[in-house]
Parts: sequence; C-alpha cells; structure tokens
Amino acid sequence: MKRLNPSLIAGGVIVAVIVLMALVSFVWTPYDATLVSPASRLLEPSWSHWFGTDKFGRDILSQIMVGSRTTLFVGVVAVGVAAVIGVPLGILAAMVRRWPSEVIMRANDLLLAFPALLLAIMFGAVFGASTLTAMIAIGIASVPSFARVIRSGALQVMRTEYVLAARAAGRQPFPIALRHVLPNVTSLITVQASVSFAIAVLAEAALSFLGYGTPPPTPSWGRMLQESQEFLFSAPRLAIFPGIAIAIAVLGFNLLGDGLRDRFDPKLEDRR
Amino acid sequence: MNDVLTVRGLSVTVRDTALVSDVDLTVGAGERVGLIGESGSGKSLTALSILGLLPEDVRAGGSVRLDGVDHELVGADERRMSRVRGRDIAMVFQEPMTALNPTMRIGDQITESMLIHRSRTKAAARTAAADLLELVQLPTGTLRAYPHQLSGGQRQRVVLALALANDPALLICDEPTTALDVTVQALVLDLIVRGVVDRSSALLFITHDLAVVATVCERVLVMYGGRVVEAGPVNEVFTRPRHRYTEGLLAASDLESTSRRLTTIPGNVPPAGRFPSGCVFRTRCAHATALCEETPAWTGSETEGFACHHPAGVADA
Repeated sequence: MKRLNPSLIAGGVIVAVIVLMALVSFVWTPYDATLVSPASRLLEPSWSHWFGTDKFGRDILSQIMVGSRTTLFVGVVAVGVAAVIGVPLGILAAMVRRWPSEVIMRANDLLLAFPALLLAIMFGAVFGASTLTAMIAIGIASVPSFARVIRSGALQVMRTEYVLAARAAGRQPFPIALRHVLPNVTSLITVQASVSFAIAVLAEAALSFLGYGTPPPTPSWGRMLQESQEFLFSAPRLAIFPGIAIAIAVLGFNLLGDGLRDRFDPKLEDRR
Repeated sequence: MNDVLTVRGLSVTVRDTALVSDVDLTVGAGERVGLIGESGSGKSLTALSILGLLPEDVRAGGSVRLDGVDHELVGADERRMSRVRGRDIAMVFQEPMTALNPTMRIGDQITESMLIHRSRTKAAARTAAADLLELVQLPTGTLRAYPHQLSGGQRQRVVLALALANDPALLICDEPTTALDVTVQALVLDLIVRGVVDRSSALLFITHDLAVVATVCERVLVMYGGRVVEAGPVNEVFTRPRHRYTEGLLAASDLESTSRRLTTIPGNVPPAGRFPSGCVFRTRCAHATALCEETPAWTGSETEGFACHHPAGVADA
C-alpha cells in the first residue's frame, strides 16, 4: 500500500467536511437560513448564534452551511461542463492528424485568452443571472485547461505500443479512444477536476459579489461577502466568516488536486 | 502454393529522405522468413508499412499485396486496413512492458482482439482466450490479471497470444525477444515457432540477432541502408555469404569462430538519408572500388541472390 501524502489527507478531510456540511444542511441548520428577523439583526457571535447574524437578522452559520450547497453545486456543474467538453476535445486533438489538431488547439487558446469572469457576466446579461448560467459559463471557460492537459496525456498514450498494437489488431479509432486512451488519462482528469473545482468556487464567489451569480435569497458565500461591504468597519465578522469559508474550500480542493497528482505521477513518486 | 505476402518495390520516405528503397519481399504460405540488419537499416519501417502503421509524415510507395485481400495495402484507407490488421496480419512488438493496456485485464484484451473481427461470439472468445493462454503456457488465472502483475516474458507471451487470436495468415514479429533475458528468449521463440506451425501461418521475423534467425527461420533477407542486400536460405546465407555486408555481419557475430580477434565492421551506420549513392555499403566496405558508385544490380533469383559488385566467394578482380 502506498503511503498517503499529507496534502491528499488534508485536502480530502476539508472536502469531506464541506460535503458533510452541505448534506447536514438539508435536514438541519441552527436556524432557517433565509428567515428574516429584525429583532435579532447584527448580533455579535454568541452561544445562540455562533457566528452572529447579518443585517436582516439571518443566522450566519446557517447561511454558511446552506451556502456550501451552492458552492458544491457550482463546482460540480462547472467541472462537469468543462470535463464533458474538454476531455473528448483533448483526446480528439491527440488522435487526429496534425492540421485539424492545430485548429482545435488554437481555438482552445483563443478561449483561454478570454477572461472567464467576463464570459460569465456576458452569459448573465444575455440569459439572466442565475447560478446555473454563471457556472455553465465558468465551465466553458475551463474547457481549454482540460483540453490541454488531456491532450498532452493522450499524446503520450498514443505513443505507447499498446495503442500501436490495438491498431495492428484492427481496432478503429473510436474504440481505441474509449478503451485505451480514456482509461489511461483518468488520473489526469481527476487532478484537473479538483483544481478546476477550486477555480469554479472562487469564480462563483466573485460573480455573486459582483451581483451576477446566485440571486437572493439562496445563500451563497460570495453574496454574503458582498452584503457585508457596508458593515466592513462596524461588523467585520460578516465578511470574515464567509471569506474564511471560501478560502478553506479553495484550499481544500487545491490540496486534494495536488495530493492526487503526487499519488498518480510515478515520476514524482520515485523522488520521494 | 500461394505466396501470402508479396512486396514489390517498397519505398519509405520522410519528406525527401528515403529510409527504405526498392524492397522486394515474398513470404510463402507457412514459410518463416527472417529480416536482419543493424539498427536503422529499415527493418521495422518495412514491417510497419506492410501494416500501414507508419507515422503521420512518413510515406510508403510501391506495392504490398496479401493473399486473400483483393486490394493494394500501400495507401489503402484506414477502414480497409483495419479489417486486414489483426485478422490477416498480426504483429508482435519489441517492448512487452508497454504493449499491453495497463487498465485492462489480460482476458479482456485477448477476447477484445477476437471480438474486433467478430471471428467468435463473446462466450466462444472467452474459451478461446483460455486456450490461447494454455498454448503460451500461462496459467488460466492470468486471464484475470492486470499487465503490471506479469513479468516481461509473461507479457510477451500474452502479446503472442493476442497476435495469434485470429489465426492470422501472416505473423510479423519485430524483435520480439530483444527486451527479454536469454533464458526466457528460448521459450518465447519456441512458442512463436510452434504457434505459427500449428496454424500454418507464415512468419516474418525481424531481428538483429543472427543466432535467433538461425533457429527460427528457413529463409533470410539481409537489409542495410534501407535496401535488401542479400537473400537466400538461412544455411546458404550464413555459411556462404555473398554480399560483403553479410560477410562482415557474420564475422562480427562470430558464428564461426575462425578469427581470434573481436571482429567489427569498420565505421558506423550512417544516419538516415546520409547513405552513399550507388552501393549503400561502399563507405564501410574494404572491397569498394570506383565501380561501387553505381547501384549494384540484383544477382540471382528473387528468393536467393545479392546486390554486390564484388561478392564474397569470388576472387577480387
């Protein structure tokens, strides 16, 4: 059994806690996260409200718990869109002849040069601001990084003798892609997915902060940050708690990605 | 008896550099033919162009015909070629460590190769896979193993089982034992010969190891600089070489230990495209004269002959 590396453990634990928090929020939160109660607005952290309340009297802890659902949802959608488009594109670019491959990769570069947030704002303006449109936009913007990583991995697989042997055995290109190339780049997909997940979480926070992400009243860490702006000096905790939540989530997914990379990459393993 | 494989005037070029020129090669049904030469002599390219598996910017010219296939193999499209590959021609590659997909079980890989050409039903393919493993003397449990659980020799035997799965008319082996240690070599060679003899398949065996050719093959072609320089029955070529290159190769291999010193062929194989005009061997040949600037004509028949202006076994003029 291989030794688990620290970043894999730390990342795994953080991600597990977030997933757990999201699951628990479905059945229980300390208070209703969207319940407005003017009587208890802007309370300091206390035993009854661990993280305090915001300007509408909503419980911050409850909001963060429910907000983790949004965070996971955006990650899954964005990574899903990016992987479903990016992985086949990357494998295709590795398998076709030089010219079509160049066309795919240059189109890819073009998309890579386009700012992800701008694309998301554009989508929001055209299709109306919602978590889903924002995340599809972020997903599309993450396609190039997927396509690149998968292409480089697929190119290596295409050079192996088992692919040559499969061709020598009369295998058609599509089954080769499905049976031989795809299973051998899954580790790359996993690593890229966790890194893209972190990027998507951050992007959702940024978009919600700008008002193009999750519309109220659905709790979102990014929008909590935005709503805290006016109280930045009088009640900084309103910004600190969701800020910490975002930072930890992003850190968690990045650590997980790093840990998985170390575990899958045999070259790094030799050095350890 | 029909010839299984007929290669005429095969040439392989990359951009303007000729890597293989004017290769004629015939393999009869059930015949075992060796193709020998140093690294860079064009042996592997010849094999890959028969299968149409050359890298993207490498082009083949000339003619490759296979008995029972009604179209020309050179320049045939992928769709037609993929029907021929694995069914009529199968290939065993040099490097057993990378020749199997690490994410698939051995059994799945063997049955897959049979299902591609629909030669058997799924259930029949399973049984046939077990039989094939038995043929290459691996335990039936190997079916459920992943490649990383097997040694190099075991993997090469799996690769052989894969290649024999559809009873190909022609089996091409490209240095199948080079990456194995000597004790395993003998077993794998034995299995290859037995496999093709049982199926009366023809064998095209590529190697640089003369001793291996001597045990496996009936007829041999010697390649140098992308050309066939000599051909003939193994006994004939190895005991009475005519081409000066074959002579040098044999002396270096020390099959007959007449010389006490370690004999080498002077100089190195030139890089691709830098072979001299005329006789490709003349820059390294002790017998070369001005005459050798002209390409020597083929002397003898197609199955037995040589291309040399100053053949061995004849007093130097």
